[in-house]
Amino acid sequence: MSLMTFKGTMLSNLFKKPVTTKYPFEPAVYPEGSRGHIEIDIDKCISCTLCAINCPSGAIKVDRAARTWEINRFDCIQCGYCTQKCPKKCLHMEKGYQTPGAEKFVAHYDRPPEPEQPATPAQAPKG
Amino acid sequence: MGKKSVVPFGPQHPVLPEPLHLDLVIEDEVVEEAIPSIGFIHRGLEGLAEKRDFNEMMYIAERTCGICSFGHGLGYVEAVEHIMNVQVPDRARYLRTIWSELERLHSHLLWLGLAADAFGFESLFYEAWRIREKVLDIHEMTCGGRLIFSVNKVGGVLRDINADQQKFILDQMNVLEKEIKNIAKVFLEDYSVQSRSKGIGVLTTKQAHELGAVGPFARACGIKNDIRLTGYCAYGELDFEPIVSNDCDCYARLEVRIKELFQSIDLVRQAFAKIPAGELETKVAGFPKGEYFVRI
Ligand code: SF4
Ligand code: SF4
Repeated sequence: MSLMTFKGTMLSNLFKKPVTTKYPFEPAVYPEGSRGHIEIDIDKCISCTLCAINCPSGAIKVDRAARTWEINRFDCIQCGYCTQKCPKKCLHMEKGYQTPGAEKFVAHYDRPPEPEQPATPAQAPKG
Repeated sequence: MGKKSVVPFGPQHPVLPEPLHLDLVIEDEVVEEAIPSIGFIHRGLEGLAEKRDFNEMMYIAERTCGICSFGHGLGYVEAVEHIMNVQVPDRARYLRTIWSELERLHSHLLWLGLAADAFGFESLFYEAWRIREKVLDIHEMTCGGRLIFSVNKVGGVLRDINADQQKFILDQMNVLEKEIKNIAKVFLEDYSVQSRSKGIGVLTTKQAHELGAVGPFARACGIKNDIRLTGYCAYGELDFEPIVSNDCDCYARLEVRIKELFQSIDLVRQAFAKIPAGELETKVAGFPKGEYFVRI
């Protein structure tokens, strides 16, 4: 049993730089591959809804008819499962977390309109 | 000798991390007895598991707890893998072992820090948590999250640890070993720590058996029992002995955890020395049907 065993550490800590940073005045540094938030490459999306069906927290809403893809970033738990499920590989995780907010909101993405296709017999109106 | 009085404490109290009710039997200013009642949380995860897709459930299972998230996820995938008769590739088994031990490191450091906080040694608390940050940085670098790993899946793991990362982790293990030695000296030898932990909170071996104590808590009560000895993941191929103390008091719990920190560092080194190259996952077909019980 001894006394003041922490003395050395305490004294040396006095002369060391703080281990904490002055966030948010200094930016946070994230390593490569950090699961921060979901990004979508909306041009590649085919509205298959697989991401929405498989999301554990139900954060994603896909509307096939309206060609929209929405995510409630406050519901997302950053698991990354949707990125594995997307058949078009248009979802991926980027660095940087959703900043806190007073209210939840939904991030909305519109798929570009379908390119005009020359009319084929199958697409021609019936009648 | 004063009169005994009972002070109810919890289940909701600012210092409690989770709901727990204690009846504190107080005589003068000394707490003579603390009678716990538990079971205030039921989140219905079992019911959820019946409804959700079995792959998706892994992410929910590991969010049961932010401190031992890897353990929860691992227990879940091991159970499903046994039901489906899936053979996990060797490299994945070793990676799981490494992450389990890293998680043990951060969890024990967290516990030790909180213990220091509880016995009023604030600077030791911060020192333990400062060291713990290094482990969390390794988690973030290898898995993308500081506390929630999300690298397990039924059939294997999602991410690999490459050679550069392996070197970085092994270097960090040397740093951690040095720094932990420093706080170990304080936890185990300091007069003020001993005066607040020796002979306090005694749980005898018999009581521990009866109450079903597990993990480091049981080992601090003289029960030579470590579930890792059953050899799940790659533990069967690594060399270690359970760390046991017969003192049964708070000091014994500090001691077991401190020694297990060194054991975890050693296991990480052993696992990196033996890890084979190869696949990360096995293809899984079909759905799990049946029951299996896993202890992690
Ligand atoms: S990361 Fe997980 S929670 Fe977030 S949107 Fe994708 S599947 Fe849902
Ligand atoms: S899974 Fe991919 S392609 Fe399908 S709706 Fe989601 S983002 Fe679009």
